[in-house]
Formats: sequence, structure tokens, C-alpha cells
Amino acid sequence: MSTMSNNPTPAGETPSALTAAQKFLRDAATKSADLVHREIIRKNMDSYDAAHNRGRARIKDWEAARRKCQEIKREAINNLDKYLLQFEQKVLERGGHVFWAANGDEACAYIKDLAIGRGVKTVVKSKSMVTEEMHLAPVLEAAGMRVWETDLGEFIVQLRNEAPYHIVTPAMHLDRNQIRDLFREKLGEDIPDADPQKLVALARRKLREAFFAAEMGISGANFLVADAGVVAITTNEGNGRLSTSLPRIHVAVTGIEKVIPRLEDLGTLWPVLATSGTGQPITTYSTLVGGPKRADEADGPEEFHVVLLDNGRSGLLANAEEREVLHCIRCGACLNICPVYRNIGGHTYNTTYPGPIGSVLTPHLRGSEFQHLSYASSLCGACTSVCPVNINLHHHLLHNRRDFTKAGGAKTGGERTQFKLWRTAMLHPRLYALGGWMMRHSLRLVYGMGLAGTALDPMRAWSRKRRPVTLPAQSFRARWKKELSKSDQGRSAGGSK
Amino acid sequence: MARKISLFIPCFVDQLQPQVAVDTVKVLRRIGCEVDFPADQTCCGQPAFNTGFWDEARPCAERFLRVFKDAEVIVCPSGSCATMVRVFYPELLASGTAHDEAAALGKRTFELSEFLVKVMGLTDVGATFQHTVTYHASCHGLRELKLRNEPLQLLRGVKGLKLVDMLRLEECCGFGGTFATKFESISVAMGESKCDSVAVTGAEYVTAIDPSCLMHVQGILGRRKDRAKAIHLASILASG
Repeated sequence: MSTMSNNPTPAGETPSALTAAQKFLRDAATKSADLVHREIIRKNMDSYDAAHNRGRARIKDWEAARRKCQEIKREAINNLDKYLLQFEQKVLERGGHVFWAANGDEACAYIKDLAIGRGVKTVVKSKSMVTEEMHLAPVLEAAGMRVWETDLGEFIVQLRNEAPYHIVTPAMHLDRNQIRDLFREKLGEDIPDADPQKLVALARRKLREAFFAAEMGISGANFLVADAGVVAITTNEGNGRLSTSLPRIHVAVTGIEKVIPRLEDLGTLWPVLATSGTGQPITTYSTLVGGPKRADEADGPEEFHVVLLDNGRSGLLANAEEREVLHCIRCGACLNICPVYRNIGGHTYNTTYPGPIGSVLTPHLRGSEFQHLSYASSLCGACTSVCPVNINLHHHLLHNRRDFTKAGGAKTGGERTQFKLWRTAMLHPRLYALGGWMMRHSLRLVYGMGLAGTALDPMRAWSRKRRPVTLPAQSFRARWKKELSKSDQGRSAGGSK
Repeated sequence: MARKISLFIPCFVDQLQPQVAVDTVKVLRRIGCEVDFPADQTCCGQPAFNTGFWDEARPCAERFLRVFKDAEVIVCPSGSCATMVRVFYPELLASGTAHDEAAALGKRTFELSEFLVKVMGLTDVGATFQHTVTYHASCHGLRELKLRNEPLQLLRGVKGLKLVDMLRLEECCGFGGTFATKFESISVAMGESKCDSVAVTGAEYVTAIDPSCLMHVQGILGRRKDRAKAIHLASILASG
């Protein structure tokens, strides 16, 4: 299995000196014009939408369920210190280990050293975005281990040397023919009719070999339950349960924000997560793990480790205004509904977490180099309307933008001057009216000469791909003054320019 | 039932789509309202606010509060600009004494369809429009002002109008203010998806409560030479 790369570059392309923002603009332009991609995503999202709507309708009061989840997460995040320590204590009591990692490098080093120390040759992983965030698989592979992604979608993107396209459905950008071709090339078996069941059976056969060979299983965690001291993992393929019970060593890796206070909270969070993620009433396999195999137990790992990753999260925790971003349960609903995501796809973001939650979170976790993502949104608010824990995602994008410009963020110099000039005009109605008149008349001149969308058109970013606006000779305020202000009630105020 | 209305006409409507404002005046006068246009108004500050320049947006908001201080009811033919006043002014002015004034002003500010249906209790304003129309739910009106049904109720009240539903009518058209030019390719792709949804309906017109969405959608319909034309709800309600 080849080394995973988190920044996939198409074959033959030389590494470029583009900034993250420039690369985003370039990839967004390519992807949003890719009609095949648009069609695949459209089709997948339509079936998700239908399932999601059916799922929400099954819950008697969806809004109440969202508020309940929001309250559970708020309580957890606002008492993170207490609940994490409670969780740790329970795990230690059962003979497990807990490692607190300040950043991804520390977390990777702990797991690598553990694996080397125990003579691990093969690692099976169930789905975990946090391990993507800290680039764990390449670290283990560089140390000579073979790492298998066992979630089917992850397995597929790993074979393609790609990062996950989506946090819940990592291979949603591919159709079955592409997967057939990939399996033929990488696994050496051909399934000519690309029958999904046969493709799954092939992957399953390969993965079973890995499960039985592996000495270490690595999982993420959907939730860390404080009062019970257990890790809650849900999967639809059973790979989570196999990864955490077959190998000798189980390592659960997750962010500190995943803790919840009580076991009973899962009664609400699990169905809401499943509904938002895929439209299911409950995910097929729900697993709770809290320690190594006990003397009277037939199976389970001999060693149990939990790695708790901070990696910038405590910085967000310290920010009272943005703290609720840590409520996210990674269901993917905001990606699915996002019209930007639907057009540019998951890879264009070039971040671990794409879509609205990624655009909000990444500038906090990885710095202002990713602040363009806060701007890459029409602020339509569709994300906020579906978030199962009521994170006000699009308002957080506005806050990110405000904080970025306030901190004098890169490349805002020209814009800052523009907005200062704009402010002056807006505070002086005559200057505003004169400016508007000049703009309309100069544009009429430019468009009259057929120069719309050319380098001579100051509005070309608008009119290159849109028919230029029809420019009226008079503003409303001029018409009001001349013809409308004294109109009697009921008299026609109509008439065209 | 007559009400004294102070018109809030967004700057780009004033400069680029004055007919929308003229039609708004016509509708309001037809239902018996007394309409005034405070001539000192400029922009509500939304472009700066959305781009992150809150310090530049704030004086515009403070100025707006002064210009509309004595207004009994403020009506605006844009869900987005009404949202700026009602939803975002209190946050923008949170640290100053103007906060309470902004919150109170927000309660007196209405988007046109909201005013007609919720305040005046009207769904028939006496309009006739003999065309097939499809409706696009503009985001700010839909999600910030929660106007899901009001525009549709008004459209159903128009004589001769045949309303056809579009697929994904609540999906953003891709305008998004400065987003439309900063991320031109994404904005246009989103607009194309919206225009595809319009085209499938076979409607002659696509309408909405936000002139900015319609300007963007019309730009793409026009470039593609699609059959449908974009028209503001106010212009439909002013017809006949």
C-alpha cells in the first residue's frame, strides 16, 4: 500500500509556490466547471437529502432534539476540564492508558513508539478524521508498518492516494466504474459489471486478511463518555468493532472536544448523529469500549490506549464567542447542504475538515493562511439550518472575517483603503449620489462601446460570466424627487426609465 | 388601516434597479399607505460588514439610526438589507449605547412581503400578472427573517399568475455580496445550478424578494439566453 498524502497533487504536476488561497481559487475554478463532478455530487446529495428529510421526520420534535444536543455539548465544553479528567480516571481504573497530546506530532510519536515497542507490523484503522488531521498513517508507514484503512470509502481513497473527500462519505466523488477500475489496477481483480455487491465483497475479503494479521487497531471516537469512562464508536460496516476487538492493541485517538457528560446522553446524540449523517435512525454498529480485555472476557484487546488531542482546540475554548464551534459532532450535514461544497467538492478545500465547519474551524486550527475559506461562502446559512447541535456556522464565518481584518490580515490593505473611501461616500449623501451617477454613466459608456467584461470594464469580475447589468439613466432618488414624492395616493407611480 | 411608511431603498437598488423601488412605492400606495423616502439615506453598511470591516460598517449603521429615528414603520424591498438592520445591527452596535435603539428600530423594519402579509394582513394587493412564474427563496429572507410562506402567499393572490415550484428552491443562487466577484467561478456555478432549476419549470419569470439575487440570476440567464427573466416580487405586485 502506498504512502498516503494529505495534499494530493495530480501526477505530473510540479510542486507550486501558490499560497493556499491561490491554490483554492485555481482548484475551485476547475472543479466548479467540471460538469461530470457536478452531476455525481448532485445525484449523491439528492439521495442524501431524501434520506435526511425522511430521517428528521421520524423524530417527533427535531428542533427539540437539536436543542437537547446543543445543551449537552454546551455543558460538556464549558466543563471540559472536569469531564475529561472524569473520563481519564475511569479508563485508568480499568487498566487503560490515556495520553494527552498537545499537538499532532506528540500524538503521532506516542502511537509510533508504542507500535515499535510492541513489534507491530500491521495496523488496521477504522475511520477517524483526527488521524487525518495529525497525518498519522504516513508516520506509521515511514516506520515500516503497513496501515490499512478499513472503512470502505477510506480504503478506496487510500488506494487512490487521496485524502477523504468528505468527513462521513470519503469516496462520494467516485462512481462504481471508477472504483472497479481502481480495484482492477491496485488489487488485481476485475469485476467487469462493476456490481456494487461484488466490489464490496472483494474489499471485504482483502480487509478480512488485514484484520486477522493486525497487531494494532486504531479507531477514532464519536464520543467520550465521562461518567462511564468509555469511547463510543459508530460505523455502518462493522469495521470499527473489528478494529477495536481483534488486534492485541487498541488505540482510540480523538479530539478533546468529543467528551460528553453522561452515558444517557447517547440516547439523544446517537440517533441525531445518524439522522444528520446519513438519514438512518441509528448507525448499524454502535460500540462502547472502556478498557482492555478482563480476565473473565473471551475477547478484546490486551492493551487499551486513548490519545486525547488538543492541536489548537484549547485556543478555541478560550474564545468565548467562538467556543461553540467545538460542539461539532462531525456528522457532515453542513457539507451536504452547502452549495459551495456541492460545486467545488471536498478536495478543493485542501484541509482535513472541508465544507462549512472546515471553513469556520481551519483558520483557528491552522492560522490565517486559511482565512480565505472564511470568505469562500455566500453566507446563505443553509449549514446553520441543518446543524444538529445548532452551531451558528455562517455567523462564525462573519466573525472570522471581522477578526481577520481587525488583525490587519494579509492582502486586506487595498480592500481596507477601498472600504475607507466607501465609508466616506456613504456618510455624505451628495458624495454618494455623485459617485453613483459617475459609476452608472461611465459604465454606460464602456458597455455602449461593447467593452463589457474586458480589461477596460471596472466591473469585469461581475460581467465576464454574467450579462452586464442594464444601467438606468436615473437613480431612484432622482426619480423620487422629480416624479414620485408628490404623487397622490392611489395614483400610478409606475412608468419605466 | 393607513400606515405611514418610511422607505428604505438599498443603495444598489437606488443606483441600479430603481424600478424595483418605484414598484414598491406603487404597491404601498395602492393599499393605502402614505409613503416617504428619507432622502439622506445611503447604504446600510452590509458590504463592509460582510467583508469583515466592521469599523467601516458601524458609522453607516449609526447614521441609518439617525436618518430613520422618527420612522414609524420602515419597509425595504430586500430581505438581505432588512436582515442587516434587524439581525446584524444589534450585534454590530453591541458595545455602544446604540444597541437598544438598533434593536428597537429592527422591530419596526420589515421586508416588503413581510410587511404586506404579517403587518397589513394582506395576501391580495390587487395585482394581475398573466404569466408563469417560479419562486426562488432568497437566503437572508428565508433563514434570517424566517419568511418561508409570505412571498408565496402574495404570489398566489395575484390574478392570472400561474405559480410553478422549482426544485431546490431554498438553495442559494450564489450571489453572496462580494463573494460574487471574489469567488466568481463558484458564484457562477451556483447561479448556473439555480438557472437550471428555473429552466426545468418552463416558467417565463423567476421571482424573489431580493434584488441582488435577481441581478445575479438575470446576469446568468441573460448570458445563457435562457427563456426565463428575473423579476422582483414588487414588480409583479405592482402589475395590472
